[in-house]
Amino acid sequence: MLKAPLVVEFPFTRSLGPVQSAFLTGLRERTVLGVRTTDGRVLVPPVEYDPVTAEELRDLVEVAPTGTVTTWAHNPAPRRDQPLATPFAWALIRLDGADTALLHAVDADTVHTGMRVRIRWADDREGAITDIACFEPYDGPAPELTGHSGEFADPVTGIVAPARLDYTYSPGRAQTAYITALSQQRTVGERCPRCRKVYVPPRGACPTCGVATAEQVEVGPHGTVTTFCVVNIKAKNLDIEVPYVYGHIALDGADLALHGRIAGIPYDQVRMGLRVEPVWTEGARYPDHYRPTGEPDADYDTYKELL
Amino acid sequence: MTRDIAVVAFAQSDIRRTTEESSEVEMLMPVLHDVLHRTGLKTADIGFTCSGSSDYLAGRAFSFTLALDGVGAWPPISESHVEMDGAWALYEAWVKLRTGDADTALVYAYGKSSPGHLRDVLTRQLDPYYVAPLWPDSVALAALQAQALIDAGDTDERELAEIAARSRRAATLNPHAQQRGSHPQGDYVVTPLRHGDCPPIGDGAAAVILAAGDRARELCDRPAWIRGIDHRIEAHSLGVRDLTDSPSTRLAAEKAGAFERPVDTAELHAPFTSQEVVLRKALKLDDSVRVNLSGGALAANPVMAAGLIRIGEAATRVHRGEADRALAHATSGPCLQQNLVAVLEGDPR
Repeated sequence: MLKAPLVVEFPFTRSLGPVQSAFLTGLRERTVLGVRTTDGRVLVPPVEYDPVTAEELRDLVEVAPTGTVTTWAHNPAPRRDQPLATPFAWALIRLDGADTALLHAVDADTVHTGMRVRIRWADDREGAITDIACFEPYDGPAPELTGHSGEFADPVTGIVAPARLDYTYSPGRAQTAYITALSQQRTVGERCPRCRKVYVPPRGACPTCGVATAEQVEVGPHGTVTTFCVVNIKAKNLDIEVPYVYGHIALDGADLALHGRIAGIPYDQVRMGLRVEPVWTEGARYPDHYRPTGEPDADYDTYKELL
Repeated sequence: MTRDIAVVAFAQSDIRRTTEESSEVEMLMPVLHDVLHRTGLKTADIGFTCSGSSDYLAGRAFSFTLALDGVGAWPPISESHVEMDGAWALYEAWVKLRTGDADTALVYAYGKSSPGHLRDVLTRQLDPYYVAPLWPDSVALAALQAQALIDAGDTDERELAEIAARSRRAATLNPHAQQRGSHPQGDYVVTPLRHGDCPPIGDGAAAVILAAGDRARELCDRPAWIRGIDHRIEAHSLGVRDLTDSPSTRLAAEKAGAFERPVDTAELHAPFTSQEVVLRKALKLDDSVRVNLSGGALAANPVMAAGLIRIGEAATRVHRGEADRALAHATSGPCLQQNLVAVLEGDPR
């Protein structure tokens, strides 16, 4: 069974509303802000709408960088991208002056509910929750607040949240057979036991009948262009001169057209019904393109069901 | 339009640590064939199809479209999808049947957790501004909830171990379960949760057929009538919530009519032992109720299908005459973020 590593990475760029902007800008400036609800509670981290009444909240209020653990969980084996690389505790922390708790890490071997902690700021701060490197045990008094209004000269208006997930991808039985055959420069499809159609590439199911397909059928190598388009815009990182032709090709014996580039013929001479064959380059795992075979064009009736 | 809707058939795959030899649709298809076979329906007979799954498990966008081949989506069918556990797909199908637009519905759900690292994958459902950048994994968040329960005096590690043992003992009678029988509690994964307090990571699929009124009676000897179904959500920020309680579950149960008369059976979707403590309290379940005879999510927790399986397991007990009034619960998100409750009844005997 084929398997391969698959990494999905994306830098999510997100805009901040006025409340989130103030909170994250505050972290950059070592100031923690909450938001006051109309019934007087202070939510930290702040949200733009009251979680109970859904009222819009904009009344920013400074709270202390010190607080109390309300619940915790010791993490003996930190995972990639978590705040600390050595064993630490996750905790919900109610900062002094707040009525709700913030999730973060506490750098301590032993933590208990009710424990006093304070923020350890990251050296490089940019306006993100990770500007709080972690919390650390602290038994001194809460520092005096500056009474910050939440107005900043140069507020952050967005964050970039990078994410990376690692997978081991396996295409399953049918697609493994297809890819393995391609490596021998053969194309195999699967026949539906009910409607008898041959699907290529096979996915293990007939999408019309909803039944499993299993009978392997070799198709091609020759095929017929059923439809095509001329591409006039060069794609980034693509080493093919424009204009070029991209087409649907019904391989002989297949009941579904697959797609590929058509070359070896001027782009303005490609036509429906053109007979083509795959061209393999050295060591390639799939055909580089399809080129004309020189046979007479296929009759429309032979491929009209495959458009 | 008011009409009665019932679960008339249920099927599930064996839940296994990995199914790398199969694609999603290859894993799902035997389950679809099984559930259709139980009613004699063909895919073309189904009025509405709805599925639940997650692209983040597959690592690929629009991953549900490939699985759609398994239900014969050409020629076009009436179809929908939720990026949630299949229990929510069932809710959508129930609404569709209530409107009278269809008489039968096929609901399916599947999840392959094996290709990725599930604890990391699930962090991507968290608040992207304040929480997700810290990558708190699913076990860590459940452990915060467990510690809050212990601090509140609602449970202790011994009771949690008993929940784990009872669930996996019950699963010895469930041929599809992944962890059955004696299973050591083991070391802490994230304190206070030990290995035994956490669900196994597994791949699997499940499917249910719903039918309305007389159609249900034609398809099933003893339909499991959905007397009520409702779902509710907690506040987004974990630090706003009281993690020792689940008011959303209680409200969903109330709206589903769960408290009108006692239930005899309950299938609770509690992936962590500590969450069963929360749910029992929220649902006011006492020892007279048989809870998780299937073994529950501690015995098999295929993400995206485990909630639908709770409904299917509860319905199957009604079908067999082993239960007359059963409660099924499904959850989604961290620390019981979202909760669905259905009440299923058989006709009087």
